[in-house]
Amino acid sequence: MPQELDYLKETPSQTAGPYVHIGLAPGAAGFDIYRQELGHDIAGPNAAGDRIRVEGIVIDGTGSPVKDVLLEVWQANAAGIYAHPEHPGEVEDGFRGWGRVITDFETGEWAFETIKPGPVMGRDGRMMAPHINLWIVARGINLGLNTRLYFEDEADANARDPVMNLIEWERRRKTLIATRSDSGGQQVYRFDIRLQGEDETVFFDI
Amino acid sequence: MPKPGKFYQRDREWHPPALTRDYKTSVTRAPQYSPISLENSASELTGPVFGQNDIDPIDNDLIRNYAQPGEMPIGERIIVHGKVLDENARPVPNTLVEVWQANAGGRYRHKKDTYIAPIDPNFGGCGRTMTDDDGYYYFRTVKPGAYPWRNWINSWRPGHIHISVFGTGFAQRLITQLYFEGDPLIAKCPIVNTIPDPRAIEQLTARLDLNASIPLDTIAYKFDIVLRGRRSTLFENRLEGN
Ligand SMILES: [Fe+3]
Repeated sequence: MPQELDYLKETPSQTAGPYVHIGLAPGAAGFDIYRQELGHDIAGPNAAGDRIRVEGIVIDGTGSPVKDVLLEVWQANAAGIYAHPEHPGEVEDGFRGWGRVITDFETGEWAFETIKPGPVMGRDGRMMAPHINLWIVARGINLGLNTRLYFEDEADANARDPVMNLIEWERRRKTLIATRSDSGGQQVYRFDIRLQGEDETVFFDI
Repeated sequence: MPKPGKFYQRDREWHPPALTRDYKTSVTRAPQYSPISLENSASELTGPVFGQNDIDPIDNDLIRNYAQPGEMPIGERIIVHGKVLDENARPVPNTLVEVWQANAGGRYRHKKDTYIAPIDPNFGGCGRTMTDDDGYYYFRTVKPGAYPWRNWINSWRPGHIHISVFGTGFAQRLITQLYFEGDPLIAKCPIVNTIPDPRAIEQLTARLDLNASIPLDTIAYKFDIVLRGRRSTLFENRLEGN
C-alpha cells in the first residue's frame, strides 16, 4: 500500500461580494454595532516618520471606478519593522501597520493616512525599497489581489528593489509607483490601481 | 522544533480563477496578466496581530449583538463552529474570524441592498471572534435566507455566511463563504461554481452537527477552515528577513 500524504487543502476563496462592509466596516454599510471598528488607525499616534496621505481609485476593464472595493494595508514602520512577533525589532506603542480602506460609494475614491514605511530587509539579505502591501477584495474578485505600493521619491531604492526587479517588463514596474503631489503642507501620494487593460497593475501571487 | 518557514504555495487550481464568465462581474474585474510569483519575504510572512481587547465577548453572538433589549431576530437559530487549521492540520490559535450575512429573509443591513425582503430590526448581520488556543471558534446566529441577485435574470444565492480569516501572515489572508448542507441552490449558483473542483465546493459546505446542537434550542453546523501551511525550515538556516 502506498504512503499517503495527509496535508489538508486550503479552504477555497469566494468573492467578498458587494456587502463586504457589513462584516469588515459596518459603519460604511450604514450602522453602528461594535465598540470599535478595526483598521481605522494604521500607524497610531506614537509612530515616528513622515506622516503621509495615500489616495487613489480602483479602475475596472471598462475604465470605470470600482465603487465597492475594500483594501487592506500592511506595512512596516519607519525603521522597516513589522508589528509581528516573528520580525526582529520593536515598533512604537500603538503601531499596528494594518488598516482597512473603503471607497466613496459615489466616486470610487479612497484614501488613508499613515506614516511612510522604511526599507525592509528582504530575502537573502537584499534590502527592499519602502513599500506598502495591499490586498484588494470586491464583488467580482474571486480571490483577493495582492500588490505593492512603492514611492516615486525613492527612485534609487526602487531601482535596486528585488521584487521590482522580478518584473520582467520594465514598463509594468511603474504601475507600482505612487506619484507624489503634496498639498497644503501634506505629503500626498496617488496610487491608481488598474484591474485590466493597458497599464494593468502588477499583482503578485504571494 | 524546527522554525516555521515560508508558506506552501497557494494551489490556484483549487481556488476559483479570476475570470469566470458565468459570474458576470468578474469579467471586467479579473486581471488579464498572470500574477507574478513572489517568494515570501518578511512582508508576506508577517501580518496583523489582534487581541481580545480589540473585540467584545458579545461580538460572536449575532442573536444578541444588535437586538433591542429583550428582543431577538427572527429565524432558525443556529450555531456555526469549527476549527481554523493550517494545511499541516495544526490549529491556528488567536486569529481573528469575522462573519457577515443576510437575515433570515435574505436581506442585508446595507444601504446598497434594495431587496424587497424586510430588514430585521433586531439583526445586524455581522460578528467576530478570536480562535482559542486550539484554533476553535464559534458563532451563534440565525440561518441566512436565499436572495436574488442580478447575474442571470433568475439567479439566487444559496443561504451563505461570508467569512474573513487572517492567520499569522499576510499571505494567509482569506475571505470565503460558508454554505449549508442540503441546499439545492448550491449547485445552481454561478459564484459557487467559480470553483472548478467539486471537492473544493464540498469543503465550503457546513455539515449539520446534531451532537453540537442544543436540544429544544439551537441547531449546529460544523465548519472547519484551512489556511495555508508553512514549511519547517529543517535545512534552512539563512536569515531571510523572517
Ligand atoms: Fe452574500
